[in-house]
Amino acid sequence: MDDLLDEWDAKVATGLAFLRRRLIGQYEVDDFGFDAELTEHVFHPVLRQLYKHWFRTEVFDTKHVPDEGAALIVANHSGTIALDALMLCLAVHDEHPAHRYLRLLAADLVFRLPLVSEVARKSGATLACNPDVDRLLHEGQLVGVFPEGFKGVGKHYSERYKLQRFGRAGFVSVALRNRTPIVPTAIVGAEETYPLLGNIKPLARLLGTPYFPVTPTFPWLGPAGLVPLPSKWMIRFGEPIDTTPWSDQADDPAVVFNLADQVRETIQGMLHDLLKLRPDPFQE
Amino acid sequence: MESTAPRVVVVTGVSRFLGAQIAAQIAADPMVERVIGLDRVDPPSTYADLLSGVELRKVDLTKSTGNTLAKLRAEAVVHLAVASSPDPAAGGRAGMKEQNVIGTMHLLAGCQQTSTLKRLVVRSSTAAYGASFRDPAVFTEDTEARDVPRGGYGRDILDIEGYVRGFRRRRPEVTATVLRFAPFVGPTAETMLLRYFAQSVVPTVLGRDPRLQFVHVDDALEILRRSVVEDHPGTFNVAGPGIITLSQALRRSGRVNLPVVEPLLQAATRLGGVSLDQVDLFVHGRVVDTAKLCKEFGFTPRSTSVAFDDFIKSHQSGAVVTPDRIDSFLDMIKSVRARG
Repeated sequence: MDDLLDEWDAKVATGLAFLRRRLIGQYEVDDFGFDAELTEHVFHPVLRQLYKHWFRTEVFDTKHVPDEGAALIVANHSGTIALDALMLCLAVHDEHPAHRYLRLLAADLVFRLPLVSEVARKSGATLACNPDVDRLLHEGQLVGVFPEGFKGVGKHYSERYKLQRFGRAGFVSVALRNRTPIVPTAIVGAEETYPLLGNIKPLARLLGTPYFPVTPTFPWLGPAGLVPLPSKWMIRFGEPIDTTPWSDQADDPAVVFNLADQVRETIQGMLHDLLKLRPDPFQE
Repeated sequence: MESTAPRVVVVTGVSRFLGAQIAAQIAADPMVERVIGLDRVDPPSTYADLLSGVELRKVDLTKSTGNTLAKLRAEAVVHLAVASSPDPAAGGRAGMKEQNVIGTMHLLAGCQQTSTLKRLVVRSSTAAYGASFRDPAVFTEDTEARDVPRGGYGRDILDIEGYVRGFRRRRPEVTATVLRFAPFVGPTAETMLLRYFAQSVVPTVLGRDPRLQFVHVDDALEILRRSVVEDHPGTFNVAGPGIITLSQALRRSGRVNLPVVEPLLQAATRLGGVSLDQVDLFVHGRVVDTAKLCKEFGFTPRSTSVAFDDFIKSHQSGAVVTPDRIDSFLDMIKSVRARG
């Protein structure tokens, strides 16, 4: 009993020390606005509930994520809202021995929205633009990219686990220019969280969003429709692709598209393999 | 880095803090023979001692400077008569624009006719980068503003830099240094932004926590001084490395944060006390890269965090949430637990 009390006292003391640091503003925030302390003590614990208990996430081959230095983690994107990006961050942080932070690249829509923009910056995300990626990679950070963008998250449920176009594959040019390895990554589970069955285009236009989702629960159940379905998640990191042999060809579209296709096929293949491991999306 | 001090230095905006300080510092340099301070008003009497070594001339830059600079045989001109916020006593926003834009045009016209001129140093601002959702997180000197800034100051700065570019083309042999300063902080600095921070309750934009950067006035003065006595051609960001978020700044200074939705704060700009430049800063934040500055000047300003703490030390009177009060509050929690 005393042990338990001691443990609680220690917890309260740490909690109060954290609270004090936060209240008097004595903490570090990097140039991008990343607040590591807040991420670790507030954002991660909340996401971890979803990650562990709701989605029962399993992670494979974290050995392919480098222990230090820059790398681009390139993954498929799905699930109507970008929950997969957040779960990927947690997977890298919690399952990798070096507990690294994944710095996400986000669309400018994210930075247009109040609150969302604030949380995005504090959790380490920044705008998907060349100067920011170059700076992050130059600092030796792990950067997370979703080349499908809105085409991936906003696709119909029937298209699930079919990789969409990679656009102009800017991530390949970035990797070549910075001589950064690319780690192809497959995420299974996000597609079933909010199965997108329809898109109310006039509403999307009104709100200035890329789409207005209709799922089995949203908007029919109101706020309750925002609760994701408890699908089973699996994340696999693929073998890193060394980009140094082509590092001086970052502006050659042929090389860039070629490499982008290679990454795309690798991720697609990994998705198929993971889906075989998980025949039932809602299995235990 | 050549260290050839100019013999005759002209400083504009000498009735204001930055101008007066730098004029006095340069006047104290034995290599410099004459320092002439220009302003359209007399410096306040509190600067009398400080400016004892500076010749003062009452010149209104918004009217022609004529051949004043040429007659003085100026070798260096330091242009600091750039206002960052409207002064109701000097014609409000219209007067501010007049002073910033027309004043700079007249001064540069004067500079062009001054054959003795070797150096031109112009005060600019990081407001030159504007504010947009598509901006990179950190601006380097070659980043261009995506949109024309909404705020008057930002637009003036773009105009001023445009005229300096023209001057550089016409007088390539003159070393032109453009210093893009982050907002100043320091125990003695007085700016609209700092007056805002000195209030007990500070309105902010709901759902935004911008990244801010400051430069300590003493470091700004050091960079200015080096720009006058040494050759540093080019445009440089002058800011304290690192950042501080607005919420962090308010917590450190013990101020109470009052989040307001953006349209409301924007409407408040009409009442004064806050400008559009400031609203944009509070929505987007602004962070610049100082690598070029540190490399060229061999000098690193103190960090934004340290510079801001120096400002807080001298403005403790408005603090509401002091560390002492937080401690007593946390002690209270602890004591409740101990009793339980």
